Amino acid sequence: MNATIFNNGPKTQTKNKIHPQKFALWIACASIVMMFVGFTSAFVVRRAAGNWLEFDLPNLFFWNAGLIVATSLVLHFSKVAFRNGDFTKYKSLLVAGSLMGVAFVVLQYEAWMVMTNNGIYMTGNPAGSFVYVISGVHAAHVLGGLVALTAALVHAFSLKNFVTPQRIHRLDLTVTYWHFVGVLWLYLIFFLVLNS
Amino acid sequence: MATITTTKISETDLLIEEYGYDDHFHEHHDDDKFQSSFITTYIFSQDHKMIAKQFLITGMFWGVMGAMMSLVFRMQLGFPEESMLWLKPVLGKWITVADGIGTLAPEFYYALVTIHGTVIVFFVLTAGLSGTFSNLLIPLQVGARDMASPLLNMLSYWFFFLAGAIMFASLFLSTGPFSGGWTAYPPLSALEQASAGSGAGMTMWTISLVFFVVSVLLGGINYVTTVLNLRTKGMTMWRLPLTIWAFFITAILGILSFPVLVSAFFLLMCDRALQTSFFLSEIFIGGQALEHVGGSPILYQHLFWFLGHPEVYIIILPAMGIVSEVLSVHARKPIFGYRAMVYSILAIAFLSFIVWAHHMFMSGVNPFISNFFVIFTLIIAVPSAVKVFNWIATLYGGNIRFNAASLFSIGFVSMFISGGLTGIFLGNSAIDIQMHDTYFVVAHFHIVMGVAAFFGMFAGVYHWFPKMYARFMNETLGRIHFWGTLIGAYAVFWPMHYLGMAGVPRRYYSFDTFENFSHFANINKFITIAAVVVFALQVLFIINFFYSIFKGKKVTSRNPWGANTLEWTTPIEAGHGNWPGKIPAVQRWAYDYGKDGKEFIPQIVPLADGEKDNGDH
Repeated sequence: MNATIFNNGPKTQTKNKIHPQKFALWIACASIVMMFVGFTSAFVVRRAAGNWLEFDLPNLFFWNAGLIVATSLVLHFSKVAFRNGDFTKYKSLLVAGSLMGVAFVVLQYEAWMVMTNNGIYMTGNPAGSFVYVISGVHAAHVLGGLVALTAALVHAFSLKNFVTPQRIHRLDLTVTYWHFVGVLWLYLIFFLVLNS
Repeated sequence: MATITTTKISETDLLIEEYGYDDHFHEHHDDDKFQSSFITTYIFSQDHKMIAKQFLITGMFWGVMGAMMSLVFRMQLGFPEESMLWLKPVLGKWITVADGIGTLAPEFYYALVTIHGTVIVFFVLTAGLSGTFSNLLIPLQVGARDMASPLLNMLSYWFFFLAGAIMFASLFLSTGPFSGGWTAYPPLSALEQASAGSGAGMTMWTISLVFFVVSVLLGGINYVTTVLNLRTKGMTMWRLPLTIWAFFITAILGILSFPVLVSAFFLLMCDRALQTSFFLSEIFIGGQALEHVGGSPILYQHLFWFLGHPEVYIIILPAMGIVSEVLSVHARKPIFGYRAMVYSILAIAFLSFIVWAHHMFMSGVNPFISNFFVIFTLIIAVPSAVKVFNWIATLYGGNIRFNAASLFSIGFVSMFISGGLTGIFLGNSAIDIQMHDTYFVVAHFHIVMGVAAFFGMFAGVYHWFPKMYARFMNETLGRIHFWGTLIGAYAVFWPMHYLGMAGVPRRYYSFDTFENFSHFANINKFITIAAVVVFALQVLFIINFFYSIFKGKKVTSRNPWGANTLEWTTPIEAGHGNWPGKIPAVQRWAYDYGKDGKEFIPQIVPLADGEKDNGDH
């Protein structure tokens, strides 16, 4: 997101304090949630119909839930550091958070490899296909978050050490989206455990 | 075409100057980047008014495409014996010639039916209707300079354009476009071997619709954000015109339902490309057993109709909003039961999410579960009836100006009643055993969400044309268009109820082998002739539209209809930012017509001492 996307600031007379950009981000998150509601309810309906393969989820999925929560925390503190003008901390935490984000995607891939080695393939019983699709589409959204983080890194290292409301706002949007994909994974893993 | 203006231009300016809100918009000079060259003005425009026109004209293109497709398959149905050789220059190999007689290829008939449904539902009545009027009216009527994000708004149009381009290209595939019905049920949509259009045609169909969903979501996020965050001073939610309420709720419906369609498409693509078995169970095709096991085609139907039912309200709610506004303005009366109108929109929107399985009564859904869906489906009649009652009560005793805009609004109410009543038949799962997949269904949904939504769209075009192009459309041609279309549309769809009740199934290429349907041949001829006449009248509308853009009668006052809403306080040809100076502040609700001896009181006029605002609690 850049500054020109939403060029109409909120009117002072509306009591709504939320920035229109952030509000739009929340609506976009709601639509992403609806897509996963579609996947997970299809999962429930299909599972209830029988002929369903039961299998253990790879442990990596759970470790990754911890990892993505940790990523969110690191990015949150990076944002706090930026707001306080602590640029060393801000940049180092941002780099750390981005690397952890990359690690998340890599480890999700490893989890798929574990599943494949256990004989759970993309094709075959839909029980396995659903896990691949749900975690795969989630990973695609994490990749979107990594693109936003890359933009944040470029800002962090190319712009002068200067705190502006606009930069706080941009970083806030990126971090908010990360919190969202993190919470989304927690929901998905909770859902998968509950249904297996 | 009354041009009554009791509020002088200078008075409007004074009110805006005195009470308006100064957002220092014109000091930034960033409006220059929006309309500085031909490309940024007319092509990659970020101005909501231009984007609205782009949506409208692209929608009209698809309207003509969809209508011409329907004419070809109506020819087949009305005159199955006639040679179609004359269509060979256009349709090429899809007209097969034997002994000098041209016949429409059956697989292309199915492709025509499929693409007709797809483009009318999505490209014309979703993008062309809510895309056009949400873009045009939301910023103007809530008092905003533009959408919350002009850039995303521009992208919304161009994703729609891209979706259209891909769908258009699929018409020219050697295997033909997708032909498995607009709902794209598997296995026809999941197996390449299922039909000619199930291969490349279906791939392009899916890609096109995914881009379309992106367009709807970008637009919807913008509409909701704009309505909630960018309302001008004094514009409380209860002072919003009903158009805005309708567009706002429509956008929310789209944001919540279209992603579910994407999830269905995603699983379908996995079935097509990665050999998964989400929707495919053990299946033989062409004498060959496929490896798919354990999938459920019904699952796709659930996911599809979870979008599909809200989608019909995504189509009809904007038309309802437009009709409410246009009827009130031209009846010179406040809309009857403003709050009831808002609550009924909310009720319809909520109910639309819990009735989807009424499209699946006959596809193997448990009859006990069907009962649940029957009850909620029939409950939709309540808010719908509230709306119809309020429209009629608005007209009652009004000083009605009968012009093209108001006539189409009244026509909308007529169509909505006719089509809505047959919905009560079909909403019953027991009656649906007899009626399902017959022409009764075709008649029902074409009247209630096809013709009715088109009428709402026409009402909007005639009413807001002066705002879009600073000229009027020709009124005489408009009235011919209305009366011809009203009579013609009933002539097309009314007889289909009888066909349906007699059990004539929809989507059939020909009824040659069904002796018991042979006596309907003349009805089918009649329907086809009526369809050709109705099409000719739409051509008249299109000629009127484009002629009026350049040569129509010029608008000479800001508020030609004597309406209260904010769009009529802008200059006749509003530039980027809509108001040259301050943004007007809103002092009252939008429907003060015939109050305190005044014909109308615009929203920018302050309340008199002791006057109560009808919009506030």
